[in-house]
Amino acid sequence: MAKTELKLLGARASPYVMRPRIALNIKSADYEFLQETPGSKSQLLLESNPVHKKIPVLIHNGKPICESLIIVEYIDEVWSSGPSILPSDPYDRAIARFWGAYVDEKWFPNLRILSTAEGEARDQVMGTLVEGLVLLEDAFVKISKGKAFFGGDQIGYLDIAFGCYLGWLRASEKMNVVKLLDEANTPGLVKWADTFSAHPAVKDVMPEIDKLVEFGKSLAAKFRAAKTGSS
Amino acid sequence: MANAEVVLLDFWPSPFGMRVRIALAEKGIKYEYKEEDLQNKSALLLQMNPVHKKIPVLIHNGKPVAESLIAVQYIDEAWKDKAPLLPSDPYLRAQAKFWADFVDKKIYALGRKIWATKGEEQEAAKKEFIESLKLMEGKLGEKPYFGGESFGYVDVVLVPFYSWFYAYEVFGNFSIEAECPKLIQWAKRCSEKESVLKSLPDHKKVHGFVLELKKRLGIE
Repeated sequence: MAKTELKLLGARASPYVMRPRIALNIKSADYEFLQETPGSKSQLLLESNPVHKKIPVLIHNGKPICESLIIVEYIDEVWSSGPSILPSDPYDRAIARFWGAYVDEKWFPNLRILSTAEGEARDQVMGTLVEGLVLLEDAFVKISKGKAFFGGDQIGYLDIAFGCYLGWLRASEKMNVVKLLDEANTPGLVKWADTFSAHPAVKDVMPEIDKLVEFGKSLAAKFRAAKTGSS
Repeated sequence: MANAEVVLLDFWPSPFGMRVRIALAEKGIKYEYKEEDLQNKSALLLQMNPVHKKIPVLIHNGKPVAESLIAVQYIDEAWKDKAPLLPSDPYLRAQAKFWADFVDKKIYALGRKIWATKGEEQEAAKKEFIESLKLMEGKLGEKPYFGGESFGYVDVVLVPFYSWFYAYEVFGNFSIEAECPKLIQWAKRCSEKESVLKSLPDHKKVHGFVLELKKRLGIE
């Protein structure tokens, strides 16, 4: 029974969980999605990812694979007959991985703190985010070579790596009443964001923006309460 | 002209740079090593890694690859016919990448805290550092290398930190060997390999470097 061989532990709001879901959709692979309850970790999660205790975890024939981008590469290698997710050329792969690491290590951490930053600190975070998006726009133009996606005609590794943050990007724009992606600075990415979000492999796993806004507001409120509580 | 085709921008004490040196040596690739002065970065470095402005940067036929793990994977893929570093099985590959990522998340940052901090912060870092090494020691088990019978990706990723262990021990006032004897055995085994021998600096030199660095940063 194909379905029970493949399980994904995750949560709908998590951008990291979206990544293997998109990859599995691209490969038309059936899987069982096990939603973790927010605020608690299941026994299965603790057993499958004892080192980090985080989602997503892909469990394939009983064997766990952890870390979202590592899972995406694993899916690409195992379902080798489906459309390719990573480029075939080693240099193109290195570039895709470089920008994947960039969004994770440099760009997204700023997005996370945007809604709780205030005053000058907030302006600084905004500035850093927009600068980062301009770099990504430049990368998009170079890598896509006029096609719809970073991966060319098809969605690829970098589309997945960066695209999974679009939900939170749009939610942050709404919560903070700002524009992060705009026609003036990042016209290519504006178009790409819409095309990516509407893609059949993506649209059902992209969380609803309004739900993310609600979730984001409650997280920000908790953060502020904790801050004032301890000072 | 093999030499001009591959250039490595590096800094001798960098464990990240050492990873790339080892990978290149494992594959028998001839390259030009360029030492960077991180207080005075070259125009070439700024041009080749404008996003991070960091070493190591591997330049192959004029095209730069930055970030050590990415560069090592690139070397493994571009020179795939010799000394494979990653296993061919997808599950084992995923495991290797997971542990490399673990080394990056834990070992460097904790090591830095050991030499750069004191008191409670340092003690907490030492504790977590040893726990992380023990986890890896458990993962190694009875195998000669993380790669199994042969030296592989995780070995390349972790062994550079062995050249920093002496510095950590002196500044942290503890013995890594006492806590993780099997891991030290593994490290010594790796150090017998020419690729590792050529790529790791003398650990006393590293200690001297950290002393100077602390002075420059104003850390006691």
